[in-house]
Amino acid sequence: MTSSSAVSGALRGGPATDPPAPGPGTARRRDRRPRPGRRGTLAAFLTPSLVLFLLLVVAPIAVASYASLYKWNGFGLPENFVGLDNYTRAFADPTFRGDLWRGLVLIVLSLVVQLPIALALAMLLNQPLKGRSVYRLIFFAPYVLSEVTTAVLFTLVFSPNRGLGDTISRWLGADAGAVFGDPDTVLFAVFLVVSWKYFGLYMILFLAARQSIPKELSEAAVTDGASAWQAFRHVTLPLLGPTIRISVFLSVIGTIQLFDMVWVLTGGGPIHASETMAVTMYQYGFRRFEVGYASAISIVMFVLSLVFALFYQRVVMRRDTEGALTNQGDQR
Amino acid sequence: MTGTANPALRTRRLVLHLVCIAVGALIVVPVWFGVLGGFKDNGQLSTNPLGWPDPWVPGNYTGILGSEVFWRQLGNSVLIAVSSTLIMVGAAAMAAFVFARFAFRGRELLFTLFAIGLMFPFAVAILPLFVLLRGMGLLDNPLGVILPQAAFGLPITIVILRQFFRTIPGEVEEAATLDGCSPFGFFWRILLPMARPALATVSVLALVSSWNNFMLPLVVFTDQSWWTLPVGVQAFQGQYADDTARVLAFVVLSMLPALGFYAVAERQLIGGLAGSVKG
Repeated sequence: MTSSSAVSGALRGGPATDPPAPGPGTARRRDRRPRPGRRGTLAAFLTPSLVLFLLLVVAPIAVASYASLYKWNGFGLPENFVGLDNYTRAFADPTFRGDLWRGLVLIVLSLVVQLPIALALAMLLNQPLKGRSVYRLIFFAPYVLSEVTTAVLFTLVFSPNRGLGDTISRWLGADAGAVFGDPDTVLFAVFLVVSWKYFGLYMILFLAARQSIPKELSEAAVTDGASAWQAFRHVTLPLLGPTIRISVFLSVIGTIQLFDMVWVLTGGGPIHASETMAVTMYQYGFRRFEVGYASAISIVMFVLSLVFALFYQRVVMRRDTEGALTNQGDQR
Repeated sequence: MTGTANPALRTRRLVLHLVCIAVGALIVVPVWFGVLGGFKDNGQLSTNPLGWPDPWVPGNYTGILGSEVFWRQLGNSVLIAVSSTLIMVGAAAMAAFVFARFAFRGRELLFTLFAIGLMFPFAVAILPLFVLLRGMGLLDNPLGVILPQAAFGLPITIVILRQFFRTIPGEVEEAATLDGCSPFGFFWRILLPMARPALATVSVLALVSSWNNFMLPLVVFTDQSWWTLPVGVQAFQGQYADDTARVLAFVVLSMLPALGFYAVAERQLIGGLAGSVKG
């Protein structure tokens, strides 16, 4: 998550948005003069990150796109060229199509359940409430636990006979322990655990944004006769817009790559009912050694993330700030 | 807004507290169940999942703390998190320095390349990465996890640090250069010390994401002696599937370092997350 929350930072804090710092200007003037060793300095400073990045981030993507065109078990060199067969196979495969559908369901659930709850709690913690820093500390704590730890904990919480499942069942009058075993409910159960871990992140982001809005604005609205709801709806909410749009972005990108939680909670089952694209990719790539096919799934995930990111940044976030990816021209 | 006898306000505040306590309970109860459950035996867990242990059974915790497995996995997690953070922050700071303070042809193109890197989720690259690491002989080698983690963390770190480096006035660099400072001397002796808060932020973010990484160590380490805590927790659950109390104890112990770190670095973590979104 941290790495994807980073995404937005880069998207929003691109070159075009930076204040014209005095540094680059003066540096540019000085650096125009050909100086011996300047090129060497540049190379020395850039080489470590470029090597790491090209070798371990860019090259794998290139390898995946190449391998996705072959039927390949991952050993030796790929030789059996099959063109786009892996892709047509994926889009005809009920499991993969199910992955896309389930991803969509998870995204919609996040947007209509998780984010609004996080927003409500952020507004709540913005009130002058005794002990609110303790509440904030507790609400955010699950974010630092790994998805694996969280998933194992919840597996045990709901484990039959030895967990809280039976107790909860008695309260609810329904069998709580069975939610992970029932294809009709498992996806929602996974969603609840994901939300347990991540709502605190969004709450913190909303809270930080809320606290940067001057108090006078909503106070003025209330003085002018607006109800608390109206003040929120027409003053606070629009000002939170940029943070909300970023949170939607993070949520979608996070859902596209969801793996750890699902893998540990359910392994994608029962009968694929909670499987995600990443789980399908892992099954084919690391269990069945259909590396070509699994690479095609990786590339679909990559293209979906990239297309979504570019589309979202151009269409939805453009009014917030000019970004790094779409607005290179301004800088030069 | 002072809490003087306004009954409507007081009721309102009470309701807000109740909501907070209910949400807090949803978070605390599962963890609490785990902490107490570790002190029970499986018989107690069946009959009394939520109450205090009776009698207290410390054996689950002491057994794990006395075994080598837990400590080795803890050590591996620390080694890998610290090394990837150092490598990543080092490399990223150097690149960010160049991106922030030098003008050269292709600068924006290169920077965009890194920024697009933010779009690559780990899950997308894991399979070809595995193939590459196998080719380089880095499987069952901590570098096989450290280097990719460092590489995937570069984009966000470069973006954050570059922004910070730009806020340091050019006069500082001019003065240093006049005093005979080389670019590297300026970077090492002046820029990095000035950037300490930003370095702390990116380091905390990197430590947490390395600590929680599961997929990469899962595929890179078949040799158990290199397992990190997340991989170990999952394997432990599989190994002792029938011994819930013992698995709970392991889960709780594996949570402690993360929660302890959170207690210490909460400010950097929250500030870093909020800051990286604001950009």
